[in-house]
Amino acid sequence: MKNEAIKELLYKMADDQLVLGHRNSEWNGLGPILEEDIAFSSMAQDKIGQSLEFYSILNEMGEKDPDTIAFTRKADKFKCCQYVEHPIGEYDFSLVRHFFFDYADYHRFELLKNSKVERIAMAAKKFQSESKYHIMHANAWMKQLGNSDVSIERMQNCLNEGIALALGIFEPSPMENVLIEEGVFEGEKKLSERWLSSIQSILSKTELSMPDISTAPINGGRQGKHTPHLQPLLDEMSEVFSIDPEAEW
Amino acid sequence: MYGGGNSFEDVYDKELKHEDPEQLAEFEARIERGEKIESTDWMPELYRTQLIRMIEQHAHSEIIGSLPEGTWITRAPGFKRKLALMAKVQDEVGHAQLLYAAAETLGKSREDMITDLINGKSKYSNIFNYPAFTWADSCFISWLVDAGAIVNQIANSKGSYAPYCRALERICAEEAFHLKYGHHCVIHLATGSPVQRQMMQEAVNRWWKPMVHFFGPPDKDSVHTRILMKWKVKMASNDECRNQFFDMYVPKIWELGLEIPDPNLKKDPETGIWNYSDPDWSEFKRVINGDGPCNKERLAVRRIAEERGLWVRQALKSPKATYTTPLA
Ligand SMILES: [Fe+2]
Ligand SMILES: [Fe+2]
Repeated sequence: MKNEAIKELLYKMADDQLVLGHRNSEWNGLGPILEEDIAFSSMAQDKIGQSLEFYSILNEMGEKDPDTIAFTRKADKFKCCQYVEHPIGEYDFSLVRHFFFDYADYHRFELLKNSKVERIAMAAKKFQSESKYHIMHANAWMKQLGNSDVSIERMQNCLNEGIALALGIFEPSPMENVLIEEGVFEGEKKLSERWLSSIQSILSKTELSMPDISTAPINGGRQGKHTPHLQPLLDEMSEVFSIDPEAEW
Repeated sequence: MYGGGNSFEDVYDKELKHEDPEQLAEFEARIERGEKIESTDWMPELYRTQLIRMIEQHAHSEIIGSLPEGTWITRAPGFKRKLALMAKVQDEVGHAQLLYAAAETLGKSREDMITDLINGKSKYSNIFNYPAFTWADSCFISWLVDAGAIVNQIANSKGSYAPYCRALERICAEEAFHLKYGHHCVIHLATGSPVQRQMMQEAVNRWWKPMVHFFGPPDKDSVHTRILMKWKVKMASNDECRNQFFDMYVPKIWELGLEIPDPNLKKDPETGIWNYSDPDWSEFKRVINGDGPCNKERLAVRRIAEERGLWVRQALKSPKATYTTPLA
């Protein structure tokens, strides 16, 4: 029971990082300035590296090897939240997603640093030090674009439209109670409270207003229910790998 | 990658007529002695414009070059390749950033350079006007196009303009990793399953001709760059670079059991010069003048990115935006 719950936690974190890392990497060649191509690539590399580590822990727990897990599963086996699957859209959409998601990441790692599962606590400690730079990047841009007349309206729209998806990050997974009881992870509710106060504090330094957090979250991702965007992303990701999954590439 | 394959303009002595002969002589003496020129030093107008032209071309090649490989980031087979390719392409964009900064020291802004790229006014390496159809194409680029660029860049790093040389030193250090990554990928394909081997061979077939073009037309057809060579703007002749590339990489390609689609490719043991078939220089001219398989697509991507990002750049200029210190 406990092991199954831990696996569920690892899968959802790994899938989030893999899919968002993949999306972030799509900014190559398309950023509004070169520096943003580079920044999104950095964050993408961190996220894909983090997903690899989580899949490796899963592998140690008896699951298949990381490449097989990542490159051969169908969408309905993925446990990522729906927010990460959406196409990169315009820069404002990607930036707001990065702001919302990476604050959740940062606090998730903060909580997991105290996990009773040593292996997860160690990974969380390392990843939080990476995540720190991601939120610094998000803060810098939210303050820039949230205070400039040219961009305030665009950013506000993205916050308003993104909030339901962002709240879906915190969809509790079916076995969460076991995790809380066993001291593995303190749970999505606690995480979302910390997240909310960070989001509020950054937005208060801008001319943007807090989106309506009583909006119903867009859930489903944690149970394998996804948008039509995920399967094509996975097909593209495995396009070469699936030519011969046994081959060394 | 991806510098190299620079195309130079014909340059004639008469363009120097309006320069002060004493200053010009002193400038040339400095270069002759092996001194480097800094942005604040006196330089002939022609030196400035030709350097801007060359460094700008190099910078454009880095960002345009990141497009055909970039397509394969989202398709790279397995974590190891995906992570390495992301890092590699990120380096290339970083090279563009460094090079635009080096060119800006000569008085042209990054924005103006990018505008000229989109207008088709300034050039970039011809080879990126060809499509990367398969994963093996991206591996060919990472190994051999980067290898060709390194030959060029190492030569250029000994040139006379100090800011460009400093940028190239950093760039060359990173290129060493690109080459290793690309070579590793090609080895896996060339020694892999029949499907992988075929995929790699087809990539070599497709890319060989543009690769020969990469170093530019034969020296006998590009004679008017004498002044640029004297000023150490152009550091090695096209034929020298091409020959060095053949020398270093043709044996490595053959070693992997791959065939090169040129029956005449052979080294003359007496002269050390490689003979090769005429790679259709009219195609090279056609492509560099805008009529290649991907010219329009490459520039369209760049143009769309500029248009879509315009509001961000405007917002950054807004007086109300608070300045945040860069992270690093
Ligand atoms: Fe490069
Ligand atoms: Fe490179």
